[in-house]
Amino acid sequence: MSDKNLLETKISRRGVIKAAAAAGVVQLAAPFIGSARAAEPVKIGLCNPLTGTYAAVGKNELIGCQLAIEQINAKGGIIGRPVTLLVEDSTSGDAGTAVQKSRKLIERDNVNFLLGNVNSALALAMAQVSNEKGVVHIVPGGHTDAITGASCHWNVFRVCNTTQMEAYAVAPELLKKGGKKWYFITPDYAFGHTLQAGLEKAAAKIGAVKVGGDLTPLGATDFSSYLIKAQAAKPDVIIFLPQGNDMINCIKQAVQFGLDKRFHLAGAQQELEALEGLPPEARIGTWVFEWYWNQPGVPHVAEFVAAIKKKTGRVPTARTWFGFASAWSCALAANQAKSLDAHKVAKALQGLKLPPEVALMPEQPFFRAGQNQLIPTLYVGNAQAKGSAGEDDLFHVTEIVKGSEVAGTVEESGCKMVWPS
Amino acid sequence: MSGFNRQRASTALVWLILLTMPYWMALIGGYTELGTRVLVLGLAAMALNFLLGFTGVLSFGHAAYFGLGAYGAGMAIKYLAPSTPLSILVGVVLGTLAAALIGALIVKLRGVYFAMVTIAFGQVFFFIAIRWNAVTGGDDGLTGWQRHALDLGLGKIDILGNDKAYYYLVLILFAIAVGIMALLLRSPFGRTLLAIRENERRARFLGIPVEQHIWLSFVISCLFASLAGTLFALLSNFVDPRALHWSQSGNFVIMAVLGGMRSFWGPLVGAAIFVVLQDFVSSHTENWMSIIGLFFVLVVLFFPRGVLGMLRRKAKS
Amino acid sequence: MTQLLIFNVFNGLIVGAFYALMALGLSLILNLSGVINFAHGGFLAIGAYIAYSLIPYVGFWGGLLFAPILTALLGLFVERFLIRRLYQRDPLYSLLLTFGLAYILEDGTRLIWGAQSLPYPIPEWLTTPLSSEYFFLTGYRLFMVALVSVAVGALFYILSRTRLGMRIRAGTADLETVSVLGVNVRLLRNLNFGLGIYLAGLAGVLAAGMLGLDPTIGSSLIMPSFVAIIVGGLGSLPGTLLGGLLIGVASGLTTVFFPSATEAVMYVMMGAVLLVRPRGLLGEEGRLQ
Repeated sequence: MSDKNLLETKISRRGVIKAAAAAGVVQLAAPFIGSARAAEPVKIGLCNPLTGTYAAVGKNELIGCQLAIEQINAKGGIIGRPVTLLVEDSTSGDAGTAVQKSRKLIERDNVNFLLGNVNSALALAMAQVSNEKGVVHIVPGGHTDAITGASCHWNVFRVCNTTQMEAYAVAPELLKKGGKKWYFITPDYAFGHTLQAGLEKAAAKIGAVKVGGDLTPLGATDFSSYLIKAQAAKPDVIIFLPQGNDMINCIKQAVQFGLDKRFHLAGAQQELEALEGLPPEARIGTWVFEWYWNQPGVPHVAEFVAAIKKKTGRVPTARTWFGFASAWSCALAANQAKSLDAHKVAKALQGLKLPPEVALMPEQPFFRAGQNQLIPTLYVGNAQAKGSAGEDDLFHVTEIVKGSEVAGTVEESGCKMVWPS
Repeated sequence: MSGFNRQRASTALVWLILLTMPYWMALIGGYTELGTRVLVLGLAAMALNFLLGFTGVLSFGHAAYFGLGAYGAGMAIKYLAPSTPLSILVGVVLGTLAAALIGALIVKLRGVYFAMVTIAFGQVFFFIAIRWNAVTGGDDGLTGWQRHALDLGLGKIDILGNDKAYYYLVLILFAIAVGIMALLLRSPFGRTLLAIRENERRARFLGIPVEQHIWLSFVISCLFASLAGTLFALLSNFVDPRALHWSQSGNFVIMAVLGGMRSFWGPLVGAAIFVVLQDFVSSHTENWMSIIGLFFVLVVLFFPRGVLGMLRRKAKS
Repeated sequence: MTQLLIFNVFNGLIVGAFYALMALGLSLILNLSGVINFAHGGFLAIGAYIAYSLIPYVGFWGGLLFAPILTALLGLFVERFLIRRLYQRDPLYSLLLTFGLAYILEDGTRLIWGAQSLPYPIPEWLTTPLSSEYFFLTGYRLFMVALVSVAVGALFYILSRTRLGMRIRAGTADLETVSVLGVNVRLLRNLNFGLGIYLAGLAGVLAAGMLGLDPTIGSSLIMPSFVAIIVGGLGSLPGTLLGGLLIGVASGLTTVFFPSATEAVMYVMMGAVLLVRPRGLLGEEGRLQ
C-alpha cells in the first residue's frame, strides 16, 4: 500500500463518526477506482468538550451534528459529495489541547469546516487558528460577545446567541416577575462578565438597579457565603449567571436556604441539561432558553424531537439544536455557493436564512452579515418541576422574543470585519 | 559495541530523528505541531528528571513553573513589547524566581511530603492565574497576543506563519538546554547530586550541604521547566490556567517514569510516547481518559524502569 | 456586618467539617501506607453515584448506609490488587498509580452514569432552614455536621479503643516493629485503606445532597483536603480535623472582604504555616524527613 493510501484508510477509520456506509466504501476504494467515482467526502471537524465540566452539553451538540450529517447525506451530501464528521475532544478548559486538535483537524485531516467550541475561551482560541488557516468555522455554543463582536473574523460564524441578546430578552420579564432591585451572582470569566454587563445595560433602560454582586470562581462548590451576602443586600431578585454544574450547586443551595421564599431567584441563560440535574423543588425562576423542544405548531420540530429520541432516548436540548443547525449551515452555504472555497462559502453564509426544517423556530433565523451572528428566536419563561407535556417538560415558555429586536446593531457589536486581500 | 560507543550512537540517533522529524511526520499520520509539542513537553520532562531522576527528589508541582514561564512569555508580549526573545527571557526569569523562593521554603521536606507540598504550592499559582482576571485573563486564558517573527539583523525568520521554522527554533533552544543539563550532570556538582540521591545520610556525613544542593537542583530544574513553558505558550499563542494545574505535573512525572528516570534521554522518549498516544487515543474514543489512566497503572506495575531502562537491561543480558 | 461575619464563621465551620471528613480519609492512608491517594475524589464520586442508584430501592437512609460500605469494598479490592504491589517501592509509583486511577474512576462514572448532572433526592424535612433568621442552618447542613461529628467520633474511638485502631496507630508510628510483633501488616494496611475509602464514600453521599452530582464532583474537593492535612500537620489526625475547620472558616471570612481570594486564602495559610512551623499545627516532630 502506498503512503497516501495508508493515510486514507486511517482517516476513514478515525473519528467517532463514520460516514454512511456507502460513503465509507467509496472512500476506501477511491484510490483504486481513480477519478470515476472519486467523490472524496467533504469533512467537517468538530472540536468540542467530551470530558470535564462541559461534557454533557458537548455531547448533545455532537448528537445534533450527527443527525444533521445523516440527513445531509440522505439528501445528496454537499455539492454531490458525501459528508463525514471528524470528532476531537477539546477537553472542557484546556486551550492548548483545543488549539492542537484544531490544527490537527485543519493541517492533517484537511477538514473543509471547523465546528466548536462550547467554552467561549476555547472558541476564541480556535477562531485564531481557523482564521490564520482560512477555514470556515462555526461556533455552535460559545456565548461570549467577542466571538461575533470585537474579535470577529470573516470566517467565524456563531449559531447560539450573544450574552447581550439573552440579557435584553429576559430583562423585562425579570422586572415584571421579580422587581427592580437586582443582585448578581456571576461566574468569573468572560461569559459571566459580558452577561452581567448586558443585564446591567438592559436594567438601565427599563429602570431596574443593581444593588450588589459577587464574582464566583468557575468550579466553585460552596456558594453559601455568597448567598449570605446576597440576602443581606435585600434585593428583589437574585440573578444567577453561573452555568452547568456551578448553576446547579448554587440554586440547590439557595433553595435549601429557603431564599426562594424570600426573593425571586432567576437568571438569564438556562439550559435543559441543568434543569434536569436539579431536584424538582429547585426548578424555579425566570430564564431565557435558546431553543425548546416543546413548541406546538412550529413545523418540523416534532420530527426532529422524534429523531433525536430515537437516537438517544431523550429529548433534544438547545445544545442538540446548535450542533444540528451548525452542521446544516455548512451544507446549505456550500451548496448555495456550489463550492468548498472558504471565501465563497463565507460569503454565502452571510445573510443565509435557515429553512424551516433546520430552523425549527417560529421566526426564520438568519446569519447577519457584518458580524456573522445568527439571529434566532429566544424563549423567555419559567422553570417548572414538571409540565403538561411529560417528564421532560421542565420549562414553560411565556414569551417568544424575536432575535432582531434584542440583537442591537452591527455597529454596537463592535465587530470590524476585515477580509483578506 | 562498548558502552561508550553505544551511548554515542544513541545520542546521534536521537539528534538525527529530531532534526528530520518535520519531514517524515506527515507520512506516518503526524503533523508538525505534534512534533513541536513532543519537544516542548520532552524538555519539561527532562527538566523535571534533573530533580527526580538525578537528585532523587519527587516534585509533583512542576506545572507551576512551566505555567509561570508560559504566563511570563504571554504577558511580556501582551504588555511589554512584541519580541519573542524578550518573552522567553521574561518567562524563564519569572519561573526561576518563583522556584528559588518556594524551593527555600520546602527544601527540608522529603519524599511524599515534598511531593504533597509542591502540589499545594502549584495550586497557589493556578488560583492566581484563574482569579486575577485583569492581568491573566482569568479562566478564559491570556489571549490577544502572538509570537513574532525573529529579527536577526540580517533578515527576519517567520516563526509565526511557518510551523517548521518554529519547530527548529524550539529544537535549538532544546539543544542548548539539554546540553547545559548534560554538562551539569557530568560536573562535580552533578556527581554530588547523584551521591545525595543514592544515600543522603552519607552525603551529609561527608560534609555536603545537602539542602543547598537540593535547592539548586530544584531551581535549575524549574528554570528549564519554565523555558519549556514559554515555548509551550508561544506554540499555541495562548496560555490558560490548565498549564499550571497539578494534573499537568502528573503528566510530566509519568513521562519521566515511562521513558526511564535513570537515563538521560528517557523523559524525551516518554514524552513522545505519551503525547502521541494521547493524541491518537483521544481522537478515537471519548473514553480516552480510561485508557490513559490504565496506561499509567500498567506502566507503574510492569515497567517501572521505563522503556529505556528495559532496553538497557535487555542489552546487558 | 457583624451578623454577616458570624454567619460566615458558622458557615465556614460547616464547610470545613466537610473538608475534614475527606481529609481524614486521605490522612489515614498517607500516615500508615505513605500513599497520597489522588483517586480519593474519584472514590468520593463513586460513593455518591452508588447512593444515587441505590436510593430507588433502599431510600435515602439506605443509600447513606450502604453506599460508603460498597465504596469501601471497592477500595479494599483496589488496595489488594494494585496498591499493595507498590509498598516496597519509591512513593512515586503509588502516586502515579492513584493518579491513573483517578482518571479511570472519573471516566468510569461518566461511562456508567453519563456526563449529565443527576438530581439527588433528599428527604423534604431536611431541605428547609430551621428559622428564617438563621437561614443558612438548614436541616441538611446540620445533619451533615452531626453525621461528620459522629463519623469523626467513631473514627477516633476505633483508633484509640479497638485492637485494629491501636494497631493502625502503632503501625503509623513504627511499622517495622509492629510487623515484627506478629501483626499482619498487609491486612492492616488493607483494612486501613478501606476505612479511608469508607470516609471518602461517606463524604460523597453527603456532597451529593448539597452539590450537583456529576462525574467531576470529587475533583474540586481534593485540593482543600490536601491543604487541610498540611496545615493541620502531617501524621496527625486531630491536626487534619483542625486544618479542615480552619480553612473552611478562613474561606468563609475571606468571601466577606475579598471574594476573589476565597480559594487562595487557604494556600496563603498553608505557606504561612510552612514558614513558621514546617511540621504543621499539630504535626509530630521529625515526621517530615
